Order: sequence, then structure tokens, then C-alpha cells
Amino acid sequence: MTARDLVLGRLRAALGEPRPTPAEVPREYRPAGAVAVDLDVLVDRLTDYRATVHRCPDGDVARVVGEVLGGRRVVVPAGLPPHWLPSGVDVVVDHDLDVAQLATVDGVVTGAAVAVAETGTIVLDAAPDQGRRIITLLPDVHVCVLRADQVVATVPDALARVARHRPLTWISGPSATSDIELDRVEGVHGPRNLHVVLTD
Amino acid sequence: MTRTFLGMPATAPPGVGHLRGDEPFPAAARRALSDAQLRRNLGHATATIRARSGAVIDEVPDWPQLRAAARAVKTDTMARLPELLEQLETAVTRAGGTVHWAADAVEANRIVTDLVRAAGADRVMKVKSMATQEIGLNEALAAAGIEPVETDLAELIVQLGDDRPSHILVPAIHRNRAEIREIFLRAMPGVDPTISDEPAALAAAARRHLRETFLSTRVAVSGANFAVAETGALAVVESEGNGRMCLTLPETLITVMGIEKVVPTWRDLEIFLQLLPRASTGERMNPYTSMWTGVTPGDGPQAFHLVLLDNGRSAVLADPVGRQALHCIRCSACLNVCPVYERTGGHAYGSVYPGPIGAVLSPQLTGVDDNASLPYASTLCGACYDACPVMIDIPSILVHLRGQAPHPRAEATAMAAAAYTMDHPALYAAAQRAAKLSRLAGPRGRGLPPPLSGWTASRDLPEPPAETFRQWWADR
Repeated sequence: MTARDLVLGRLRAALGEPRPTPAEVPREYRPAGAVAVDLDVLVDRLTDYRATVHRCPDGDVARVVGEVLGGRRVVVPAGLPPHWLPSGVDVVVDHDLDVAQLATVDGVVTGAAVAVAETGTIVLDAAPDQGRRIITLLPDVHVCVLRADQVVATVPDALARVARHRPLTWISGPSATSDIELDRVEGVHGPRNLHVVLTD
Repeated sequence: MTRTFLGMPATAPPGVGHLRGDEPFPAAARRALSDAQLRRNLGHATATIRARSGAVIDEVPDWPQLRAAARAVKTDTMARLPELLEQLETAVTRAGGTVHWAADAVEANRIVTDLVRAAGADRVMKVKSMATQEIGLNEALAAAGIEPVETDLAELIVQLGDDRPSHILVPAIHRNRAEIREIFLRAMPGVDPTISDEPAALAAAARRHLRETFLSTRVAVSGANFAVAETGALAVVESEGNGRMCLTLPETLITVMGIEKVVPTWRDLEIFLQLLPRASTGERMNPYTSMWTGVTPGDGPQAFHLVLLDNGRSAVLADPVGRQALHCIRCSACLNVCPVYERTGGHAYGSVYPGPIGAVLSPQLTGVDDNASLPYASTLCGACYDACPVMIDIPSILVHLRGQAPHPRAEATAMAAAAYTMDHPALYAAAQRAAKLSRLAGPRGRGLPPPLSGWTASRDLPEPPAETFRQWWADR
């Protein structure tokens, strides 16, 4: 008998006959669409998690990126809108860069898939303007450009909108730990600095 | 016609893993209670997290509705667990992953060891995972000549300190910053000898220490917080980015998952992702959540193995009262509100699952005989039930399990004698007179003599009144 048959057989025996009735799930909590989007809430929650928020029109993104990353070496995904990048940064486009190359890069600029106002969360889904997961992981500064129309109010809104089969990274502020006396300190292994450029 | 025997529910095998302590809870707890430093560290940590969690839960207007929905999803999941696991297997396989089934800890350790060897690796990096702690995977890997590296800061502190985890979420909760600094100075190669005990400095040291490991290790082992039967997606929630490193950088990813972690649909995640961080770390959302489905060409590990672990869970499922312990999402909210845990810490429970949930889960996974003292490691105050985001009625399971635990013969004899006496009014009156007389026989407040001392060692013995109600009534 295979382990599979053994485990499934044990579970069926454990439930017995007649089987317990599957439960109806009362979904009386706030569903997707129940809460209005409030950008100020998003900014408040991001700031509370030590992310830095910049609000500007789309045409000013390059200027903000330049202020944050000027003079540094930056990786970008192949599908990043070119007009988001200023002339003053040293840019390398990620065409399958290896780990050693990525480990020497200071920063990364990406777009985003969706953001959750209520929790201050940004979701990346590895689309062309966000790139492979690794490029938002190794550099120490992540600049994430978010359009106002990508912001949703709650977690149910976000789950309803994201691409389910893609690798998803939900980011709420920079890397942090609470493992020492439950003091929250920012910065362990992921990017220690998160800048969100919110365009409207 | 013959029917194939498919096995009966089974408990976790002894001799492997970390579900059984070396001594009963009362003995271990007594030692913990005498450690003032431990009690200070625990008191500070649990009070901090209770306050933080309470504040962010208060922000959510539909918290009771989310809890009720979570409980129903879990009840539904358990009712059709075999089918959901088959659905998950199909979805993961379709997405390019490989699914393995492990009846117990021994088998799971063997599967993981073989996979690491097949990948040609002699070192693995690990995301903090209760399932791999439960089965003793690190010990099994080390015995096979493979070095396991814990990458979660707290697990690293425990590993470097040659210590054991004492909390589900913050395994080093029993250590303060000064103790952690000492551990780093002693066991972390290359650490700056002048390092301060500021948490930021200690975290930075861990970052430097692990960076090269992340970049050069080809196999990672993780657990899973959730697996979606409908889509095959796996989810890991974490804070530090060590999880992202392990889930993204290696060539091969092996995920060991207790079979109860499956949820039926993608939409169900909307419930648990709201409940878990707020109940657990007291954050609106944990810093990083990773979700992946099989393998993605050109992004992340190109080989993905999912190990589905029973190891006693079928035995838990077989108990209609106890099976709700499988609803647990490992948030550890019950630990942080428990007056017993707050004073004894996690080591006293012997199992990797401490606190109230551990007191019901561990004895069911091992069989109650192997963990007979744990159902008594509680005051039954009910705080754990109130705090549980998925509404597990832990006090009721505790009482249920106490009924199954073996009782000392002296206790059973005393209870039978008491029952007989109370059934016979003349005997009862005589016993009351005898109790009154015992007031004159000193010394009081020290409990009963053997063999009844076992009963009074952890219970106060009420002092007999100067006059019983019956005597008072007779004098009217």
C-alpha cells in the first residue's frame, strides 16, 4: 500500500460513516466592494509601517525616483515604463541577471499589481513592470510606483483582483522582526527601505 | 469479495520528533516557576503582544463575523479533508509540483532527506516551520550529514543557543536582549565583539551572518500556513524576508505541510489573512506574505516538492470533540493570554506545541497516555477560547481529554470513598466531625500525606470550617 492510500484511508476511517455534514460558511463579514477606497488610509498605514510615501502626478515619478536613488546602482524589470527613470541613476535591466550581479545592486524600481489601504499592503504579481521576485528581494531600497486606481480598500478586494496562478508577494512595509523582546525593528533580510510613489 | 485494509487512524510514533517531553508538566513547570528571569521575560513579552493585538483587532468592525466564517471553513474542511487533499494534489501537480504523502515523522524525514540528497546538496536553509520542528527534521538531516540552517531570527537564536523553542510564533520569547547578545557572541562566527544589545544591532548581525547562506544554498525547506485546494497555491506569512529568500533563491523548494492546513477555495484566504496577523503578531498585516503555485519558469525554484504529513492528525480527526484542534492556524494568541503559559513558558509543555493549544493538540497527536499531564496544564479560565481567531473551544477539549487521561489509583479510591460517604448521611456527619477534629491536628496548609499528596501538590486544600452548616442548623 502506498503512503498516499494509507493516509487517505486513515482519514476516511477517522471521519467514519455517515460522514460529518459539510458546514455552510456564513460570510457575513465585509465582502469585496463593501468599503470605499480611501488613499489617506493607505498613506497612514504605510507610514505606520515605516515606509516612505511620495504622492505626485505620473509625470513626476522620475524626479522622485531620482531623489531617492540618485547616484546609486539600480535594477529594473524589463517592462518598467521608461519615463519613470531619471537620467541620473545607473540602471541595469533584469535580463536573467545572476544572484551575484543582483547582490551588488543598491536599489530596485517596480510597479505594483494592487494595494490594500486598510492594511498598508502592496501586492506584486511578477508582471512585466514588476519582474522576478528576486529583484525586489536582494537590493536594500525598493521604490514601488503605485497608481491610485490600483488601490483597493480591503484584503477581500485584493484577493478578488490578483492573478491567482502567478507568484505573489504581499509587502507591508520594509522587512521587520519582533523576535527580540517583541520590539519591532525594521530591517532584517529583505529590503530595509521601502518607498512608495503614489500617483494620481 | 475482499476489501483492501486501508489502515486505521494512527498517533505520532514515539522516538522521533518533538511532541513528548522528558518529564510530566507539573515537574517541568515547578522548575520554570522558580526562574525569575524567565518569568520577567515572559511577562513582558506576553503583555506587550496582548496590548498590540487588542488594538488592531479593535480596528476591525467585522471581527466576530470573520471568526465565525473561519470556524465554518475549518469545520467544512475537516468534514471533507480526504477529497480536498486529493484536489490539492491534482492542482499542485498540474502546476508543475510533486506531491509526497508521509504517514508519520519517520517517513517525512526520509522523504525530505532523499530529496535533498537527490539535489546533490549537503546544506539546506529553513523557513521557520512548526511541522518540521514537530517531526525533528533538523536532527534527521544532521544524522544524514546534511546541515540545516534556521533563517528566522528567533529560530537562529534558539539554534545557536543549543536551546529549544518556547513559543509557536516567537520561539525565543524566553530570552531577553542581553541573553541574545551573549548567545551571538558565543556562537555566531565573525560577530563584532563590541556589539550592543539593541534589537536593531542584533538583527543586523543576523543579516550579515545569513546573507552568504541565502545566496549559496541550493535547497530550502519551508512549512505552509495555507494551501488552496482549488488552485494549488501555497502561502507562507513571515516578517523578516528570510522566508522570501528561502522561497525564491534556491533551485529546489521542499514544503512540509500538516494535512490540516488545506483550505477549500482561494476566497477563503480573505478570511484567514485578516485574522492571522492581527491575532498573532498584533499587526494589520505581516510584512511579507508569499504565495506560489507549483513552479514558474524563470522565477524562483524550478523544482517544488510538497510533503503532506499525517503524523497523528488522523487520530485527532477521529475524535469528534477533539478534532477542532486541527482548526488551529498557529497564531499563538492562546499562549499570550494564558495565565499558565505566562508563568511556566513553553518548555514546560515538553512538546513543540505549548500553551493551551498544545495542551489539547499534543496529547491527541501522541495518544493521551504519552502526554497525560498536559490536559491538566490549564486553569480552564476560558481566555484561550475568547482569544482564538478560529474559535476553537479549547476548555471543552481539555475537559474531554481529562476524561481519557489515566488517573492515579489513590485519587480514584479517594473519589469513590467520597461518593460512598456522601450517599450515607450518618457517615457524612461522622466525616464532617472528623474533618473538624483535623483542625486541631497541626500543621495545616501543607497538603495531604502520601499517597494523596499528589492531589494537593498543585491544589490548595481547603481548611475545614469551625462549624458545619448541619451543626449550625441543629443548634437553631
